[in-house]
Amino acid sequence: MDDLSRFKQTYFDESAELLAVAEAGLLRLSPGDVDMDEVNAIFRAVHSIKGGGGAFGFSDLVAFSHEFETVMDEVRNSAIPVTTELVDTLIRANDVLAQMLAYAGEGVDAPPGATDDTVAALRHALAASGGGGTASAAPQTPPPATSAVNDDEDDEAGIFGDAMAAINAARDSEAPSPPPADRVRWTIVFRPKSDLLLSGNEPAYMLRALRRLGDAEIVCHLDDLPKLADLDAELLHLSWTITLTADAEVGRERIDDVFEFVADECDIQITADAPLPAVIAPPPKRDAPPNTPPALSESALVPPGATAAKTDGTAKPRGAGTNGGPGTNGGSGGGEHAGLTTHTIRVDLDKIDRLVNMVGEMVITQAMIAEHLRDVPPGQFQELQEGLEQLAQHTRELRESVMSIRAQPVSSVFSRMPRLVRECAALTGKEVQLATSGENTEVDKTVVENLVDPLTHMIRNSIDHGLESPDERERMGKPRAGTVHLSAQHRSGRIVIEVTDDGRGINRAKVLSKAIEKGLVQPGASMTDEEIDHLIFLPGFSTADQVSNLSGRGVGMDVVRRNISSLGGRIGVYSTPGEGSRFVLSLPLTLAVLDGMVISVGEERFVLPLTNIVESLRPKPADLHGLVNKCDVIMARGEYVRLVHLHRLFGIPKAIDDATKGLVVLVETEDGSRLGLVVDEVLGQQQVVIKSLESNFRRLDGVAAATILGDGRVALILDVAGLREMSRHSGDSASGGGRSPAPALPAPKSESRQRQTV
Amino acid sequence: MEPSVKKKILTVDDSRTMRDMVSFTLRAAGYDVVEAPDGQAAMTAIAAAKVDLVITDLNMPVMDGLTLIRKLRAIPTHRSLPILMLTTEADEKKKAEGRSAGATGWIVKPFNPDKLVSVVQKVCG
Repeated sequence: MDDLSRFKQTYFDESAELLAVAEAGLLRLSPGDVDMDEVNAIFRAVHSIKGGGGAFGFSDLVAFSHEFETVMDEVRNSAIPVTTELVDTLIRANDVLAQMLAYAGEGVDAPPGATDDTVAALRHALAASGGGGTASAAPQTPPPATSAVNDDEDDEAGIFGDAMAAINAARDSEAPSPPPADRVRWTIVFRPKSDLLLSGNEPAYMLRALRRLGDAEIVCHLDDLPKLADLDAELLHLSWTITLTADAEVGRERIDDVFEFVADECDIQITADAPLPAVIAPPPKRDAPPNTPPALSESALVPPGATAAKTDGTAKPRGAGTNGGPGTNGGSGGGEHAGLTTHTIRVDLDKIDRLVNMVGEMVITQAMIAEHLRDVPPGQFQELQEGLEQLAQHTRELRESVMSIRAQPVSSVFSRMPRLVRECAALTGKEVQLATSGENTEVDKTVVENLVDPLTHMIRNSIDHGLESPDERERMGKPRAGTVHLSAQHRSGRIVIEVTDDGRGINRAKVLSKAIEKGLVQPGASMTDEEIDHLIFLPGFSTADQVSNLSGRGVGMDVVRRNISSLGGRIGVYSTPGEGSRFVLSLPLTLAVLDGMVISVGEERFVLPLTNIVESLRPKPADLHGLVNKCDVIMARGEYVRLVHLHRLFGIPKAIDDATKGLVVLVETEDGSRLGLVVDEVLGQQQVVIKSLESNFRRLDGVAAATILGDGRVALILDVAGLREMSRHSGDSASGGGRSPAPALPAPKSESRQRQTV
Repeated sequence: MEPSVKKKILTVDDSRTMRDMVSFTLRAAGYDVVEAPDGQAAMTAIAAAKVDLVITDLNMPVMDGLTLIRKLRAIPTHRSLPILMLTTEADEKKKAEGRSAGATGWIVKPFNPDKLVSVVQKVCG
């Protein structure tokens, strides 16, 4: 059994999938509307987990899944009615099963009594059915095994004596000795329709005609012969299997000829003895019966010379197959497996991550070469330059391919939410419907995994704080059941996830007074509705009058925001009193590499994500407008856009302050608002490898991450929405006055020096 | 002399783990193994290539094992094809159902690899 331990990982992986299938099925299971296919799928999932568990000797797990399976078996036999209580018990059982699998995976024993409560509940459900379960009852009079030959069996396996005898008899009569060379053995199954005789055809003639083609061994099947009393003498009740050993020049069409007039009234299957001869003509004007060999595809593979041979009827003799080399076998093997080929492979995640890392390093190396070649006068090393451009292109494609391997649909997270909604609804006594859309939107695996906690919390929050009680909703003319809508879509190279509810919306008066009470906001401060709504993301903020045991588990929306921003994402909220709230998450599709534009400000280099950039322009003095005590704006494409001087924001010396002397890069955030960044110079487009600033240094406002440029310098990747926030609060006037001004750059620079030596 | 042609065995199980284990055990014993995840896929596989033995699970989606056995037995050429069923426990009722459907024999899973090989050798040499 040790040999089989190598399959443990497969077993755990598969079991995890099966648990998810079972859970999804259980959540859809509702009293009065039982989908038996679903019930069967749940049963099979538990059954398979049990079966595999037995193979590895996980006896606790097997014992528990047996209890679970027994109840599911009764459910699918409709012996136990589906009640809400039963579904709850089954969901609990599924959880316990997951726990048992986890223990088995860690190689530890489950704590004693871990399953007792659930087993008791399962047995209680079984007892409630009144039957006690057929599984425990003695099997009801199994058909007595009357066999002429004694069964060959023990506890683990057995062979039915009569079945084995029949096989042996059939084998003897079949005498599968290979036909002599130059001869082909054909197996013809001839099943005429019962009214064949009425059309004047005589099967006996056809059998005789076959005899004339070679040595025919004819077996007549009497299975369908009715009792004498029921026998209609005008109908045909027989069928035949003919084994014809014929000379190689007797082709398939000679056999087809025999059945020429009756082909439409019979079920005829003609097969050459395996391995398949090199050529078989496709069956004429009949749909291939399900168990004929795939003649068409086989003959399609035959080279032209062999096709010519086919018309002569010289099928290749079987002998070639029996003593043919591996080439022959391999050739036919390819065709035989066609129906079973799988199009997916399972790869260890580490291998993919190594690949991603290598691609990242390659991107840096490529940038480094490009950097060195930048100083070469134009026109020189033309071929090298062109080659480098191609390399850049290929690197980009390679990166995209690798990233798509890591991409996963968000459905793996979304599918966990129905259960959460169910639990929350039960705890709060609210009626909730969950709608999801865009489940197939793909995003990097790491992003998907890290979405679970924030989404869980946001949905809890929506149900707990957002939705009203059913009675209250009814009074307001809303449907009793509230709706939470979860959606995902790609937008501007990012994934945008929205959680929308049709509840009461954010109570701004309450939020504001709470914020003032907690000292988060100065009394009398004038704030826009949007700003008030965003107060809920501040640390230590909670509006619930009493901390419920649902949302109030010590985590607030500030934690959600922190989780999201650690993924390079952002969260926003839009709320309409009485109508509901919409939380919008926007996340990068990948955490590894991005297409960026390198810009310079003074001595510093920054990278702007390409997806944010609209255009860059050198403004004329007439385009610039100053607003008194506010910020500068620029007229771009008929629209006023706020200007942000990066050097003022970050306190960078020796940078160009006059926008007409430098450049303005017009950037756009996911929500569509624009910003004009004043920079010294745009250096060029480049793929950059994202290095987390937080794990190497700490979080900085307005900065999403860092990267290493081709010359080894560290550059910060700018976060456009973050810049907008900063500029709004600082008024763009130097770096003072901001809520949390980004530190000037000495710290990261010192780090950059260290990194250069790495 | 003629090299002996490997016998081909079709293992039908919706559980990947089980299929992997059966395949591994039988390949190690010198058999050629093809796999199918349910009865319907097994029918297709059998139509596409001659197999010498079918080992099937009973509980499967799309088409269960007993239906597969009955369907195969209804085709004259497969009347004497050995079919072993994998059952989870030595359940007399299941065995009886399998027998009347036309199964050749049964193996209890979890199976002992040596046992599997010895039963397979008995029915298909």
